[in-house]
Amino acid sequence: MKMADSTLLAWQAVIAHKFRTLLILLAMGIGVAAVILLTTLGETGRAYITGQFSSLGTNLLIVLPGRNETTGGAPPLLGTTPRDLTLGDALAVARSPYVERLAPIIIGGASAATDQGLVRDTTVLGTTAEMAHVRSLNLSRGRFLPAGDPYSAEPVCVIGITILNELFRGQDPVGQRLQLGDRKYRIIGVLSDEGVSVGIDFNDMVLLPVAAAQQLFNREGLFRMMIEMRSAGNTEDAIADVRRIITDRHEGEDDVTIITQDSLVSTFDRILSAVTYGIGGIGAISLVVAGILIMNVMLVSVTQRTAEVGLLKALGSSSRNIERLFLIEAIILSCSGAIVGVSVGLFTVWLMRGMWPTLPIHAPVWALVAAVAVAITTGLAFGTLPARRAARLDPVQALSRR
Amino acid sequence: MIHLEGIRRDFRLGEQTVHALAGIDLDIAAGEYVSIMGPSGSGKSTLLNVVALLDRPDAGSYAFDGVDVTAFDDDALARVRRENIGFVFQFFHLIPRLTAFQNVEVPLVLASVPVAERRERVNEALASLDLSSRAHHRPNELSGGQRQRVAIARATIMRPKVLLADEPTGNLDSVSGRQVIEIIENLNAANGVTLIVVTHDSAMGSRASRQLRLVDGRIDSDQRR
Repeated sequence: MKMADSTLLAWQAVIAHKFRTLLILLAMGIGVAAVILLTTLGETGRAYITGQFSSLGTNLLIVLPGRNETTGGAPPLLGTTPRDLTLGDALAVARSPYVERLAPIIIGGASAATDQGLVRDTTVLGTTAEMAHVRSLNLSRGRFLPAGDPYSAEPVCVIGITILNELFRGQDPVGQRLQLGDRKYRIIGVLSDEGVSVGIDFNDMVLLPVAAAQQLFNREGLFRMMIEMRSAGNTEDAIADVRRIITDRHEGEDDVTIITQDSLVSTFDRILSAVTYGIGGIGAISLVVAGILIMNVMLVSVTQRTAEVGLLKALGSSSRNIERLFLIEAIILSCSGAIVGVSVGLFTVWLMRGMWPTLPIHAPVWALVAAVAVAITTGLAFGTLPARRAARLDPVQALSRR
Repeated sequence: MIHLEGIRRDFRLGEQTVHALAGIDLDIAAGEYVSIMGPSGSGKSTLLNVVALLDRPDAGSYAFDGVDVTAFDDDALARVRRENIGFVFQFFHLIPRLTAFQNVEVPLVLASVPVAERRERVNEALASLDLSSRAHHRPNELSGGQRQRVAIARATIMRPKVLLADEPTGNLDSVSGRQVIEIIENLNAANGVTLIVVTHDSAMGSRASRQLRLVDGRIDSDQRR
């Protein structure tokens, strides 16, 4: 029997059993569309989050006190607490030829109160004037923290837009006083709407000079330092230099962790890619379910068409031929299902893109290929059993029934 | 044409073994017209299936057209069937989704005959059975007699040497039944096709020139007219 004829015969069977065909197309379509949509969501999340990190600014190094390291042996009992990262360290590192700008950071919580008696718990961030450049912060009113001696604890502060709205609704806060803990600070500026970036909400935040924050929290150590490198090309050298400066100041102890923008982004990228593969796999389960449905429907179909199979055998069709006919049928069904699924999936992605134009929504190509491949493979795999069964049918019994 | 020797076929029915064919020796020459009769369960259909190469005997040997086919594999048997044997069934067994034309075409498709030749032969066969006007109707749009004639067209399209008919009139009214009998008898008389008819209608069975009677899986009588 010729391939074209086999295909035609199988195709006629697909057309003739409309309800069955519809059922299979639905199952396969949903499976494939699910894989495409789930991976698209994962991929979008990944692109969005890594995009957020990139918006931190390039050429960024982050220095944290303490060192992530595992060592063998018993845990040391004394003298292992890492040295604080001090403002002195920060000033020393800032003089490195690789460093363009450096912003020390102290972070903590405090309740902010106005003279009118409004109170709000908020995040307090102690830093220097450099912060505005490092994180590209803009002001809607007033001015940023004063440049100059970082050791001077001038009692001034800059507030975020949420603080403005909650505590100074309709007023001009510049020049007013804000009480944090038991100290009072004069408001000198208001940040413009910065949005949330990488979990830091600059809107709901009060910025103090770093020395003022040290006094407020009674803590000398820095939370971390953000370094803008002079150029992006020699990150390795910059890290080495920063490490050398701090090691010198820490009596030969290398006890800081330095994170680069790149390593941060690529770590998140790896994690989120894994998540995407994971949910893609969940979608693939629905494809397998669809495959089992195909198997069931094909088995029923074989049973219903016993007489037809017997007849084909009587008319001189070999078992192999019968098996091939039913397999072609399964392939036609699963391929059509895959086409339906891809269309539905891509159409939905297109709709989502229309609804959220700012998000980087796109269906990953590997997912398209994988979904279609899995659909056709399951169709084939689960089509084989019914095809075998059809081929083994006894034509004698098949034809003795009506 | 057909040479059976010591053919046995057993079926297991639960605990019991039923000897559907208990040693059949039979010779059918080319061009013969044979009827096989017998009560229900006498092994008629089993014998037909063995002769048709649809069923394998448990013992004995079978030579078809001088070739021992007992040991043939599935594919080889399929080819012998395709090229030499035509079937007419009681329940017609037309494929419901295919038109009369397409149903008649199926054996040619299975034999990979080119499309143009297929069309020509099918149209010829339909015309000779007075079915040209029904060529593009589906089986459910045809009368019983028309359906059986389509089945005959399908059975003869490969120009088989042997035509097997299993109760060919069992599902037809007497007028259509007579018509169908005349057609297949004419194939035997005019074209020399070996015709084997299984029936339990004695009126029909007695028309054959050679009448076999089966009882309990054995040939009880073998009469020639």
